[in-house]
Amino acid sequence: MAERLLMKGNEAIGEAAIHAGCRYYFGYPITPQSELTAYMARRLLKIEGAAFIQAESEIAAINMVYGASAAGGRVMTSSSSPGISLKQEGISYIACAELPCVIVNIMRGGPGLGSIQPAQGDYFQATKGGGHGDYHLIVLAPSSVQELVDLTIKAFDLSDKYRNPAMILGDGLLGQMMEPVQFKEFNKKSIPAKEDWALGSSKGREARRIVPFNLDPNELEKLVNEIGQKYQDIQKEVEYEVFNIDNPDIIIVAYGIVARIVKTAIQKAKKEGINIGLIRPITLYPFPGAAIEDIASKVEKILVTEMSLGQMVEDVKIAVNGKAKVSFYGRTGGVVISPVEILEEVKRLLK
Amino acid sequence: MKKVFAKPKSLTEIPFTYCPGCHHGIIHRLIAEAMNDLDITKETIGIAPVGCSVFAYLFFDCDMIVAAHGRAPATATGIKRVKPDNIVFTYQGDGDLASIGTAEIVHAANRSEKITVIFVNNAIYGMTGGQMAPTTLEGQVTQTSPYGRDPKTMGMPIRICELLSTLNSPAYIARVALTKPAYIVKAKKGIQKAFQYQIDGKGFSLVEVLSTCPTNWGLSPKEANEWLEKNMIPYYPLGEFKCVEEGILNVR
Repeated sequence: MAERLLMKGNEAIGEAAIHAGCRYYFGYPITPQSELTAYMARRLLKIEGAAFIQAESEIAAINMVYGASAAGGRVMTSSSSPGISLKQEGISYIACAELPCVIVNIMRGGPGLGSIQPAQGDYFQATKGGGHGDYHLIVLAPSSVQELVDLTIKAFDLSDKYRNPAMILGDGLLGQMMEPVQFKEFNKKSIPAKEDWALGSSKGREARRIVPFNLDPNELEKLVNEIGQKYQDIQKEVEYEVFNIDNPDIIIVAYGIVARIVKTAIQKAKKEGINIGLIRPITLYPFPGAAIEDIASKVEKILVTEMSLGQMVEDVKIAVNGKAKVSFYGRTGGVVISPVEILEEVKRLLK
Repeated sequence: MKKVFAKPKSLTEIPFTYCPGCHHGIIHRLIAEAMNDLDITKETIGIAPVGCSVFAYLFFDCDMIVAAHGRAPATATGIKRVKPDNIVFTYQGDGDLASIGTAEIVHAANRSEKITVIFVNNAIYGMTGGQMAPTTLEGQVTQTSPYGRDPKTMGMPIRICELLSTLNSPAYIARVALTKPAYIVKAKKGIQKAFQYQIDGKGFSLVEVLSTCPTNWGLSPKEANEWLEKNMIPYYPLGEFKCVEEGILNVR
């Protein structure tokens, strides 16, 4: 049985990455994820053959990731909202070149410089591509420090499996909170070999070329379609949690830290004789649309709660497809939703 | 009959796509000859830029990757940190290296990344059709300096070798030209030396190559060579600016 450790969310991601075999990290400090950059420095600078670089900018950092991944390294970068915006061009290149890597976004309030408080305003950016062109990231949304660990390890494996960048989408609250975590023993054999495609010594084989463009529209369309096929395959990786869904008066859809807050609201509601169910998407891309559609046929009302003006609610509406009434409740700008206000909103809707 | 001149083995069979009189072809050849002479082709990973030379990935017979505009030194850094035993070089134009990618080149040089940078300076943007570059000369007419580059509002041309030489960390920095055979011989030596510095683990090396752009300068290839000698060399003097023989790590 692995030891239980009390760890801060950001540092837990770092330790999980090391457990997953990540040996290359390139990043730039930004609140509220700076502890992760510092943790990677502390660990990787002591590991033979590993590399940590505090890059000159987020832009440089993501392009170091691009190079390291092309050379076959298991590599990660992390940032928070405005820094992730700066990385978007590089992320689009990595998606086009079909290279694996893990990108951590510990979200803060936006737009612009915004605030340094927790928010979920980057949902669109994370799940719809974010950079230019037709592509998606694999997006995982933890809601506890233990899940930061488990999903970070999973993100590395999924990104290698599909040769597509994967993102851990957390928020400032998750990054900063401390909880007990366990690191299960990690089997290094599960890191896929990359010698069949990565750059390196070309002795005994044809020279390889990693080229994230094609000036022939028909050729580029072919490439984008091939990448698109990969997104079809990724659908089978859908993961979600359901909670208290037997005969609910209403179903709430929430992800990340908000889902934790909803669980508290559910306990409070029970005391008042109100039965609230929860669906929590763990993969935001692929989105658990089929599960949400399925449950929509069993209830009249669905409430989506987010720490944004309302972003995931669009995907929920598409999934529900008119089978239930979907409403939205959100706080934004870095304000954390409280269980009390969620319960009040539920009561208002059930009136 | 004895064959005395042939295409270097480190180049592929794909014909160059450069304009007549442009120096990219010579520079590619010199890099390929250096790779052959040093016997490093199969160990080399090249990084092609954005700009006219984006197609460089097709011409070298080693592993290649195309970087985002200006980010080749960052991409090279990632590659070299994962594969320290491979030889890594970037190939960048003046828009790529001296404008959008200024931060990346300064910091890669300052970290003394063990990479080799070939910097092609033709004082103009080629691929996008002849706009002003950071290296465009004072008074030079381009698409975006139609009345000549005015230093009062557009600044003076940036001298990259001199700028990077103020840093303590880089190991080898040189500027060469190709307008006459004697220059080409020196350029070849400079490029070879830059790779040798990397092989020896001495640190960051960069060779700036003054180059022509007959198409966007509006000159014939011969006139372009003359213009380069008359206008560029006086402002961009040739020579070695930094040559830390022991390797930068041993001189602090």
